Amino acid sequence: MQIFRYIVARCLHAVPVLLGVTIVVFLSIHLVPGDPIRIMMHGRIADSEVAKIYHDLGMDRPILLQYVVFLKNALVGDLGMSLIQKAPVAVLVVEKLWPTLMLLAFSTALSILIAVPLSLLAAFRRNTWLDTAIRLGSIFGFAMPSYWIGLLLMLFFGLLLGWLPISGLGDTPLDQLRHLFMPSLTIAFFLAPILLQSLRSAMLDVLTSEHIEVARAKGLSEWRILIKHVLRNAMIPVITVLAVNISWLLSGAVVVEYVFGLPGLGSLLVRSVGYRDYPLIQGLAFVFGVLVVIVNLLADLSYMLIDRRVLRS
Amino acid sequence: MAAVAEERQTTRRNPLLRELGSWSSSLKCGAAITLLIVLAAVFAPWIAPYDPNAQDFEALLMPPGWPHLFGTDSLGRDIFSRVLYGARIDLVIGFFTTYVPMTYGVVLGAYAGYKGGWFDAVLMRIIDVAMAFPFLVLIIVILAILGPGIQNIYISVFILAWTMYARLARAEMLVERTKDYMTAVKVLGFPQRRIILRHGLPNVINSSIVFSASDFVLNILLVSGLSFLGLGVQPPLPEWGAMIAEGRDFIRDAWWMATMPGFAILATGVGLALIGDGLAQRLGERHHTTV
Repeated sequence: MQIFRYIVARCLHAVPVLLGVTIVVFLSIHLVPGDPIRIMMHGRIADSEVAKIYHDLGMDRPILLQYVVFLKNALVGDLGMSLIQKAPVAVLVVEKLWPTLMLLAFSTALSILIAVPLSLLAAFRRNTWLDTAIRLGSIFGFAMPSYWIGLLLMLFFGLLLGWLPISGLGDTPLDQLRHLFMPSLTIAFFLAPILLQSLRSAMLDVLTSEHIEVARAKGLSEWRILIKHVLRNAMIPVITVLAVNISWLLSGAVVVEYVFGLPGLGSLLVRSVGYRDYPLIQGLAFVFGVLVVIVNLLADLSYMLIDRRVLRS
Repeated sequence: MAAVAEERQTTRRNPLLRELGSWSSSLKCGAAITLLIVLAAVFAPWIAPYDPNAQDFEALLMPPGWPHLFGTDSLGRDIFSRVLYGARIDLVIGFFTTYVPMTYGVVLGAYAGYKGGWFDAVLMRIIDVAMAFPFLVLIIVILAILGPGIQNIYISVFILAWTMYARLARAEMLVERTKDYMTAVKVLGFPQRRIILRHGLPNVINSSIVFSASDFVLNILLVSGLSFLGLGVQPPLPEWGAMIAEGRDFIRDAWWMATMPGFAILATGVGLALIGDGLAQRLGERHHTTV
């Protein structure tokens, strides 16, 4: 029962944010100074055609009514038509969703694989040269522009050594993983340091807490203490940090997709800004917003699985 | 008496040295790197061996060496000089995109935390929604609306970037509000403005100051990233991100074109991040790199 109440409460919490997201997305096209359709077509369009497009888009109706229609359509997955590509926005977006999701999953996994062992090392050997080196390394990773490190990886592994493909997305799943490796590594360069920092301080908190003392007193091996007691308790910060940084991660993905020519949501966004395809930009912004809200919701729900104590609060 | 006077004099004589002596090594290193880059930016016209926009068709795509330290680009321009002048652009944009939103973000957050009520509720909902979008995506949407260019980057960052500072200041104010000194100034009948600005603000601003160092780095990365995407500073201005974008097309034949400006961004970022690290230790804050 408690679990059910917790889930419902978390879901209800997401509703006003989602509504806000739809309002921002809806209003964005109305904030274009001047006439968005004329700007899109660079003025080479007759008045009657402009009026027809506005009518087709429903933009000649009262604004509140427009919003209600927009909301209703969004609920059933209708995000309008792309003016340039002459196709439903939802179809275009869903096509590009998969590469972006794969990139996110792969780069998150890679970042965890880098950050967890290093943060353990840093916490166990705190205030030694090793700790300092790891901290310094993470500062360097944080300060590197992702598009720059992407270009350098491309130059080294792709062009010089010829080990990995430098752009696009392959056909077979294995080939896709090969194509995604360098973009994911690029994202890991800035995501792993952020994880590392929070993980190190979380592990330090756990290492100095009483239940670790008790575990030591019981004579458990250091290895067992590490796996069963430290890592489990450090899981919550990992999830929190990942959830808090999902919007940061998505921002990075936009740039990285563009650099590596991955056919994902980010490169589609950059391209549609060039064409000023407003319905498509609106649809993409909406999907990005929904992704962030969903990830935060999933993070809230996963706390429940790791630590039942959140149910009581 | 004499000893006391003398002691007083020594402490008075070296306040700057004493202050420097108390800095941690990361603060010292960070400040040194940042100072070096700021000086390079200020004195760029005297240090730079060439005009950053002078094209030399006799020396196209020259590798790093002498007399072109960082080599030349596809138009024969000296990359070292361009990187130096680029510091002027990136540092100035980074500074304003960080500290302008911080000013009103902190005040808004402190006010909301102190007052509570509907103002607080509305502000928090706005922040929740703004943070539901990836920062870069919202900036790109605003640039799609207003058109690309540096002026519109300023506008879009000013619209969005205050949210993080407001959140930090509000959280701190909620704690400060209950402390005795706050009750004291309230009992003394000080006007609200004075309570929040003169008594609350100095105590809630630390976390924002620590965050601002990381934010400075993030903003330089953001602006250069937007320029790399072609939405920010336009060529031929020697902005670092725009230079990397120009070098991207020549990555096979002239690796230095894209590589050298990146080192400038990296050095600036490391300097500022070290300052942030040192300030976090000094002001007793947890490090905030999260956005």
